[in-house]
Amino acid sequence: MSLLNLTLKVWRQDNPSDSGRIETYEAKEIPTSASFLEMIDIVNERLIKDGHDPIHFDHDCREGICGMCSMTINGVPHSKERGTTTCQLHMRKFSDGETIYIEPFRAKAFPVIKDLVTDRSSFDRIIGAGGFISVRTGSAPDAHAVPVPKPDADAAFDAAACIGCGACVAACKNASAMLFVSAKASHLNHLPQGLVEKDQRTLSMVRQMDAEGFGNCTNQYECEAVCPKEISVQHIAKLNRDYLAASAREGVS
Amino acid sequence: MSSSKCSLCTFIKSSIGRKLVVALTGLALVLFLAGHLSGNLLIFAGAEVFDAYAEFLHSFLHGMGVWVARIGLLACFVIHIWFTVLLTRENKKARTPYMHEATVQASKSSRIMIWSGLTILAFVIFHLLHFTVRIDSDLAALGEASPWEMVIQGFQNPLVTIFYVIAMTLLCSHLSHGVASIFQTLGLRSKKTAGAIKFISCAYAFVIYVGFISIPLSIWLFGFGR
Amino acid sequence: MSLDSKVPTGPLGEKWSSHKMGSKLINPANKRKFKIIVVGSGLAGGSAAATLSELGYQVDCFCYQDSPRRAHSIAAQGGINAAKNYQNDGDSVFRLFYDTIKGGDFRSREANVHRLAEVSTEIIDQCVAQGVPFAREYGGLLDNRSFGGAQVKRTFYARGQTGQQLLIGCYQALSKEIAKGGVKMHSRTEMLDLVVVDGHAKGIIVRNLVTGEITSHAADAVILATGGYGNVFYLSTNAMGCNVMAAFRAHKRGAYIANPCYTQIHPTCIPVSGDYQSKLTLMSESLRNDGRIWVPKSKEDAAAIREGRKSASDIDEDSRDYYLERKYPSFGNLCPRDIASRAAKECCDEGRGVATTGLGVFLDFKDAIDRDGEDAIRARYGNLFQMYEKISGDNPYLQPMKIYPAVHYTMGGLWVDYNLMSNLPGLHVLGEANFSDHGANRLGASALMQGLADGYFVIPSTIAVYLSTQKAGAVTTAHPEFKRAKNEVRDRLKALIEIKGDRSVDSFHRELGLLIWDKCGMARDRDGLEEALKRIPAIRDEFWTNVRIPGSVNGLNVELEKAGRVADFIDFAEVLCHDALNREESCGGHFRSEHQFVESDSEVQDGTTQTGEARRHDDQFQYVAAWEHTAPGTPPVLHKEELVFEEVKPSIRSYK
Repeated sequence: MSLLNLTLKVWRQDNPSDSGRIETYEAKEIPTSASFLEMIDIVNERLIKDGHDPIHFDHDCREGICGMCSMTINGVPHSKERGTTTCQLHMRKFSDGETIYIEPFRAKAFPVIKDLVTDRSSFDRIIGAGGFISVRTGSAPDAHAVPVPKPDADAAFDAAACIGCGACVAACKNASAMLFVSAKASHLNHLPQGLVEKDQRTLSMVRQMDAEGFGNCTNQYECEAVCPKEISVQHIAKLNRDYLAASAREGVS
Repeated sequence: MSSSKCSLCTFIKSSIGRKLVVALTGLALVLFLAGHLSGNLLIFAGAEVFDAYAEFLHSFLHGMGVWVARIGLLACFVIHIWFTVLLTRENKKARTPYMHEATVQASKSSRIMIWSGLTILAFVIFHLLHFTVRIDSDLAALGEASPWEMVIQGFQNPLVTIFYVIAMTLLCSHLSHGVASIFQTLGLRSKKTAGAIKFISCAYAFVIYVGFISIPLSIWLFGFGR
Repeated sequence: MSLDSKVPTGPLGEKWSSHKMGSKLINPANKRKFKIIVVGSGLAGGSAAATLSELGYQVDCFCYQDSPRRAHSIAAQGGINAAKNYQNDGDSVFRLFYDTIKGGDFRSREANVHRLAEVSTEIIDQCVAQGVPFAREYGGLLDNRSFGGAQVKRTFYARGQTGQQLLIGCYQALSKEIAKGGVKMHSRTEMLDLVVVDGHAKGIIVRNLVTGEITSHAADAVILATGGYGNVFYLSTNAMGCNVMAAFRAHKRGAYIANPCYTQIHPTCIPVSGDYQSKLTLMSESLRNDGRIWVPKSKEDAAAIREGRKSASDIDEDSRDYYLERKYPSFGNLCPRDIASRAAKECCDEGRGVATTGLGVFLDFKDAIDRDGEDAIRARYGNLFQMYEKISGDNPYLQPMKIYPAVHYTMGGLWVDYNLMSNLPGLHVLGEANFSDHGANRLGASALMQGLADGYFVIPSTIAVYLSTQKAGAVTTAHPEFKRAKNEVRDRLKALIEIKGDRSVDSFHRELGLLIWDKCGMARDRDGLEEALKRIPAIRDEFWTNVRIPGSVNGLNVELEKAGRVADFIDFAEVLCHDALNREESCGGHFRSEHQFVESDSEVQDGTTQTGEARRHDDQFQYVAAWEHTAPGTPPVLHKEELVFEEVKPSIRSYK
């Protein structure tokens, strides 16, 4: 197994009000088969041994599904590898002697809590605004009562693959949350079960998104490029369409 | 009625609403460019045809047509700029910069939209002063007699021509992202059509670019009209 | 204290409906006055919080993650079982019930399992109505796949992300209730203690992980849905944050832990690659639908593969041992998890393992790709193959995957009665955190079913049984017990941070995990367990004198969080080993090497089973072992709940 020696430039910030700074660490003898987060574990283990505060970062499942890990690696959320979360990134993708910048996901709507840990609760509030189908437990009809055409089910699934990590926002030059919001809206708006609340959902989610202080989409598709689940920006087009229609219907009714 | 008014306000204040306004005004300006270019290219058909075209524009609808068009275009132009400036300011506020910035796939054109746009604004002001208001008294005199002569004369100045070409280059850049963007913002782009839209957008920008610069370059470099 | 399972009387198929009819209700006006604490926001906790709020209760929900959407239920890949019989292949509630009881090696409560099978169908209805995008056929109806331990197709799935889709459905319902104000969500908040007032669970003490603030919360009932304890092994397929703290705090306050020795080792995980490894990644069991598991017949070939002198394709068909197909012809590669895991271990113990460490077997898709085409396989498992390639760097379309068993799920947990209430009145436990439905082994696609059954359909009915005996809001945080518990929590955190030793928290966790994996893993024996019980106190002593936690108790401090969890894992490990030692039989996920069938047994002679299979002792161990905490350093006390089988007759579990 080959080993790497790396230089890390890591964003350190003690608390939300601290201004933060980049600090440099040497990551020595990192196995190429380790994951990126395991590399940071190794560095942290050494920091603790030397009496320093370890680098704080969000992570949990370490298998690319919980959406907790959130690092910007060399300026790209989850690194430049396509369709990958930070926890799925392995050190074999780096070469010996490389310098790696590690920063938190940056957006006004994602304030930094500490080091690389950010507060993404704005996403939860957007879902609470309308990212659901109002069905009380126990009141559902039989699952086969409403067939769903396979293309619709597949399109809904493609959108539903979103893990809510926020990389789309972090990659956007404007910190726009359009990919996240459109994926959720598109998932539910594609299904017959979601049609009843389609307009209300679309309007409420977009309004909440605006209220959270996300920027505006300028169709650069950086979001799609970094999305670990490779969610398509065609959901944004659908959201634009649905929003226009919903606004029009709201206006005339 | 009042509720629908209110809905419109809400819509215009929302991020998607504002983008839609930018897209629609952009679309109007994009279509104008096509018309403007086709008219301009008549210059290669000779002085007579070109002057007749100019005469037609000024007499259309008893002279009202050109004003309707001017006011409409001005409105689109002002709204387009006003809304993009609003959006850009919000965008700057929404983002904290990275120490190490990187871009994965956004084109250079898409990232300088506000700057290409503002350069085009400066150009348009100059362009109007140059050929419409005619602050240059020599051109003013020529304009009354023969618009064709005015254009030929106007592009004798290398500085004018260079500024014109630079502005058209930025316009091309602006259009290459802008035209495709209109489709996305209007909700007309999908995975299947993405490739075609990108092609149309770039091709359109290129045609507009080549078309517009062909006139000053022919005059300045090849002595067309002399 | 006696263990009354409170299983209703009457025929098995009618117990649940008659229990619901017979239980007291709480009228809507009064529901509003009751406050319920839910700890955990996964499938069980999230669905419970959302549903209880819909019913009108005031709910406070807590999770340590930054959002309820990130609970580890999200990582479940394969699917969720339900007795819908949409495939018309002979499935029924009874068959799902029977498969689950048999899959659990006849160590679960009949009435609970039957109820689970009954409500399974409602879960699918509920999830579809919420917008969960299950896989569908071209006619627009739901598709099913088969899963381990069953011969019918009853598993509903959403590509390889069923858990994610179900959890998102549940999270959406929860978000809706949060926005309405019925649920107060406390994210990045960890429960550090349970508050017991006059013998009843009436609140919790929590730490805000961002600010470090310690606060008390009182309620009329407390629900724990905090998942399993798989991370006691350090390496497992669980998320890094999964822990036993909430359950163990409750245990220290009087709740019994039942059957902790039933731990599930999942057969298809990516093998360990080095000592820096932080977790193991599961490859869905659904892969066994098309993948064939094998090792070389000869040790020499295996050694050649390990050393890189040969590759899988160099081993011809006759030199391969498709050991599951050979040993279990009717279930083949789809035999239950415990059996598949143990078979892999046996092959590797014989020196026929293929990963560089010697611990790995092949999972080969070549035949499936030749048969159905690469595109078909990509459509079925594309994301899993991609995941494998990212981690291992190998392309599974071209060469077989290497897999090895890893700790995945824990069937044991806090003891609960039929109403999902523990022996501590007021404390209810749902999902993986309780012990109730899976017996000694859980079948694939049953965990999601149980979590949602508990949260959506069981607890909303059964919690009223307890609440109807209580006066709403009778206990507040002003009660002295809250102050006492809060001070204890503060003292413990202070004690941890002031140790200022030399070793990191992770180093202790790793040491503990290795010991437990070695002595109480896939196979256990008396000597090993006794040795583990000797070594655990030494680890604990060193931990409490030599752990180093930088920073302070204020603000975000992950080392402090981990330290609290590891301290409880150390104590919990003792209960685990005591249980494994006590259970002198092999069943499901608990395999005692002393108790296996040998050549001379009549059951082997007559072909019912084969040598090396788990041997139960129903005459002595047909009971739930529930352990009561005593003083620190003294062994826990065993309480038994006898298991009564009215409907099925325990038999030798055979998948031949």
